[in-house]
Amino acid sequence: MHAKWVNRLYATMSAAVVAFILLPLVGIVWVSFFSNRILSFPPEGYTLDWYVRAWGMDVFRDGFVTSVQTAACATLISLGLGVPASLALTRYRFIGRDAIQTLLLAPMIVPGIVGGAALFIAFIELEVLFDHQIAGTLGGLLIAHGLIALPWTVRLVTASLAGTDRSIEEAAASLGASSLTIFRRVTLPSIRPGIVAAALFSFVISFIDLEKSIFLVGAGRTTLQIALVNYLEWNLDSTVAAVATVQIVIIGTLLLASDRYAKLGRAF
Amino acid sequence: MSDVILQSIVKRYDQTVAVDHVSLSISQGDLVALLGPSGCGKTTTLRMIGGFVDVTEGKVLVGGRDVTALPPARRNMGFGFQNYALFPHMTVAQNVAFGLEMRRVSKAETAARVGQALDRVKLAHLAERLPKQLSGGQQQRVALARALVIEPDVLLLDEPLSNLDAQLRQEMKIEIRELQRSLGITTIFVTHDQDEALSVADRVVVMRQGRIEQDGTPDEVFETPRSHFVAEFMGVTNLLKGQREGDAHFRVASGELITVPPEARGAIGGMAFALRPERIEVAEHSGAAAVNSLEAEIENATYRGHVIDYRVRTPSGLTLVARRPAPALGGPKALGAGNKVRVSWASDAGVLVPL
Repeated sequence: MHAKWVNRLYATMSAAVVAFILLPLVGIVWVSFFSNRILSFPPEGYTLDWYVRAWGMDVFRDGFVTSVQTAACATLISLGLGVPASLALTRYRFIGRDAIQTLLLAPMIVPGIVGGAALFIAFIELEVLFDHQIAGTLGGLLIAHGLIALPWTVRLVTASLAGTDRSIEEAAASLGASSLTIFRRVTLPSIRPGIVAAALFSFVISFIDLEKSIFLVGAGRTTLQIALVNYLEWNLDSTVAAVATVQIVIIGTLLLASDRYAKLGRAF
Repeated sequence: MSDVILQSIVKRYDQTVAVDHVSLSISQGDLVALLGPSGCGKTTTLRMIGGFVDVTEGKVLVGGRDVTALPPARRNMGFGFQNYALFPHMTVAQNVAFGLEMRRVSKAETAARVGQALDRVKLAHLAERLPKQLSGGQQQRVALARALVIEPDVLLLDEPLSNLDAQLRQEMKIEIRELQRSLGITTIFVTHDQDEALSVADRVVVMRQGRIEQDGTPDEVFETPRSHFVAEFMGVTNLLKGQREGDAHFRVASGELITVPPEARGAIGGMAFALRPERIEVAEHSGAAAVNSLEAEIENATYRGHVIDYRVRTPSGLTLVARRPAPALGGPKALGAGNKVRVSWASDAGVLVPL
């Protein structure tokens, strides 16, 4: 009797949490189909016009392309630095190991706006020093995005590595495999879910970033999130909802696809 | 296939010495057990032979070749891990083929040798399975096939039976023994189980605190333990402390004078008389006193199926454990606590060991 009551409470709470997370998303998707000229409630009718309109606007199209390119590069930077760093952090003991681990995870803790401002100032200082433009260049933007993505790779890949069985690597060594072969044939396959999850999160974290990008995009370059904010400043219609819906669909598809390929549950 | 020589090998971690000048010479084709409690250095020794742990001092020679500084990949040894360490993402056949692939053996030959190796461990029908689809015993067999297919000079096994249930352990013991004999491969295996060591190995090396405590054939180690520690580890529950008196007598600390074999070694310092519980007779009636016979009272009787363990106490306070066959197996009538009995043993039933 008692257990039944607890179970019911548990189910209700879970449903409430899920609803709390999903409702805003569902709301945005719903609003994107409203035919109201100004964003308002209740809907006067339904239309696909906002999608057509959004696609027709250069700022969104260009912003989308920039965001995807930036996110892809950020993912590569994050994996390229994060996977070797994770290997070193989990496999070797060395002086400053804890400090380096904290440092690599720090961008996750520092508020985006603070990190963005700090990077901006640092870039300016470096520009003065080396007489070479960084802030406002694509390179500067990529450094920033790589930086915010990096902690996710370090977190997820170190967790994966900690969970792998060292003896299978030793088994490979005793069978004659070189370090590189062991990594490629034994270690990598066993941390694949962690790496896929890391790539996914790196991509998404970069894709949705607004705070750092605002400081660092150059003239004539906007990311999708910046384009959205700019648009919202002067307009209040469902175009923004349509763009948001497209993002939800893309990110959702990525999540589901990578979960199929490598059970993401195992990475956490 | 080669002999293995350990020349005074040492493993030191910051402050602690895990392995302390261990020297061992193992002939080709021998099956040697490194036996001891956890922390005695047996696994570290095995891992130093395999190349997974750096040797601080000393040398490891295999077939006359100094392999001390070689990485595991270049030692040509088969290593069996306690948890089998199969590659989880590869099939049984791919697991077994891995070592051959590393040796750039041709596809056709690899297929033939993998098939042969799996036949040897009776798993040819499971070649396409993944490790997680196999039982513990099957995984162990795959691990053995994988280690042996590369035709290693030496086979090293770390607690090969500890993850198996009792019945399977019995089967695998015999299987490992037969496989080793038929291949004639020098094998070193680590265990904490004396029964396992005695029944599988040609030679048992008992280790304690990083040193070799005793090294001999199973019957030598079992019948004539050379120290209190080995005696205890070999299941001798009665270790009577005392002093030697003359050539053939021993004065137990509680006062009894008992007769001991004259050839019992070591006469100086504190000694203990190691007496197996199975060697003690328990008689109900207090008959004529023969050699080594004491009046006692049963404190406790534990029925253990095939045997009954009696804990008896003499008036002087000496406690002994006697193990008699259960009545159902032709043993004497079972006795209960409180019975007055006479316990006795032959003068050559035990050995003297230094404390």
